[in-house]
Amino acid sequence: MKQARVAYGGAIHDATEHPAGLQLADGRVLAEEAVVWLPPFEVGTVIALGLNYADHVKELAKELTVTTKDEPLAFLKSRGALIGHRGQTRRPADVKFMHYECELAVIIGRTAKNVRREEAMQYVAGYSVANDYAVRDYLENYYRPNLRVKNRDTCTVLGPWLVDAADVPSPYDLQLRTLVNGVVTQKGCTRDMISDVPALIEYLSSFMTLGAGDVILTGTPDGVVNVNVGDVVVTEIDGIGRLSNTIVGDADFGR
Amino acid sequence: MLVVNQALAHPQGVPLATDAPLEYWGALVSSAGHRQPFLPPTGGTVYGTLLNHRDALAALGDQVNAAPYKAPPQAPILYIKPRNTVIGHRVPVVVPDDAPELEIGATLGIVIGRTASNVAADVAFDFVAGYTVVNDISVPHASFYRPSMRFKCRDGFCPIGPAVVSRALVPDADALDITVAIDGEIVQRTSTAGLVRPIPRLIADVTEFMTLYPGDVLMVGVASGAPRARAGQTVTIEIQGVGRLENSLVAAQRGVT
Repeated sequence: MKQARVAYGGAIHDATEHPAGLQLADGRVLAEEAVVWLPPFEVGTVIALGLNYADHVKELAKELTVTTKDEPLAFLKSRGALIGHRGQTRRPADVKFMHYECELAVIIGRTAKNVRREEAMQYVAGYSVANDYAVRDYLENYYRPNLRVKNRDTCTVLGPWLVDAADVPSPYDLQLRTLVNGVVTQKGCTRDMISDVPALIEYLSSFMTLGAGDVILTGTPDGVVNVNVGDVVVTEIDGIGRLSNTIVGDADFGR
Repeated sequence: MLVVNQALAHPQGVPLATDAPLEYWGALVSSAGHRQPFLPPTGGTVYGTLLNHRDALAALGDQVNAAPYKAPPQAPILYIKPRNTVIGHRVPVVVPDDAPELEIGATLGIVIGRTASNVAADVAFDFVAGYTVVNDISVPHASFYRPSMRFKCRDGFCPIGPAVVSRALVPDADALDITVAIDGEIVQRTSTAGLVRPIPRLIADVTEFMTLYPGDVLMVGVASGAPRARAGQTVTIEIQGVGRLENSLVAAQRGVT
């Protein structure tokens, strides 16, 4: 099943996929454009992976001081950065390089501590699509990636759907891509992750308790390019969803 | 919106948090036999600020210009203490097997009262509900470049409380004495004076890129020379007028997690 959370008619609703768009839990069938899409579940801790696709590591090699991996490069984001499908992301006027990152989001379904890789998939509730923007102009070499780069308001897009894990038999073989104004700019496959989903759950749960609603953003492949105000950015993962987002400027935010 | 009139705290076993005079909480915790642990006094996201104490930045000296840092920090450098780290007053901290000593990061926590986005420094205090004591615990690590989450995100590595004390009762939050005691002996004396970014500037520079929501906690920054503690010891952090946060450290039980 594919589930969403949307705002419509003065309330927030759970919804499911429908041939005409989506159906609210109360029975109403609506077009995709008729609702405001929210992140598809109550989000707990947001953990993101840097450099988890070999080709992306190569792409960023010039600015890296590490080239080999001995433990996953994981960092945290806060819920405040999240927006839903068809939302708007702010691009500050003074920056030169702001890029999207198409990522498979793995949603934890129950409390996980010291989970071994063999059992890890039992803790996955489902999957979603994330577009985890970065503003590289603001990168500093302390607690990389610093939150001013990676945890900006409106810069983590999540949705449209939470897809039940049972409906994704092979999360290791999903094609993902990004389109900017309809042109494909990024392509990859989840099989090229350096640390796969069970490895990430094993690693993270070895030192912290994961809870229901926690999300792991599993990293992005090669092909990140700058986006500009007015661009429509679609991050898409086969079988999981097609997540659309529009870049807007400072003026919309009164800046 | 989070409004605190006096001091908001939540002893375990009580259904709701209570906003009561500081003297009430003081009498409660000093009464004979009262060892009740507390829940964290707020449930928002907890952010830390790196190198915001002048002496902490000074301790790095000229290293800030060398690799891997290459330049001093420009904007506030923040980090997140995830929800699995947050515990209350008197809740024991489990010391992991692989880290015999833990670093005790004593700091003042600003508790947000109103949604704060792109706030100007001169009105920043209007967005503050109050203050609390935070113990930002780390596994000791030398580099600030890209520390592993293993160092700062273990379960229970962020005791907070006992209370959120109303801003109205803390007239000069940028000049509060902080002491850290281990087993009753004071091992560090520091202060919230001398921040690189004092509270209003910090709130302004953070909310320029990231909204803070009611109940969120923004730590102002840990001083240099953070003491270390081991299993079996009790850590007490006292911030003048804000509270006294006490947590014992216990060894991880082998095979039990």
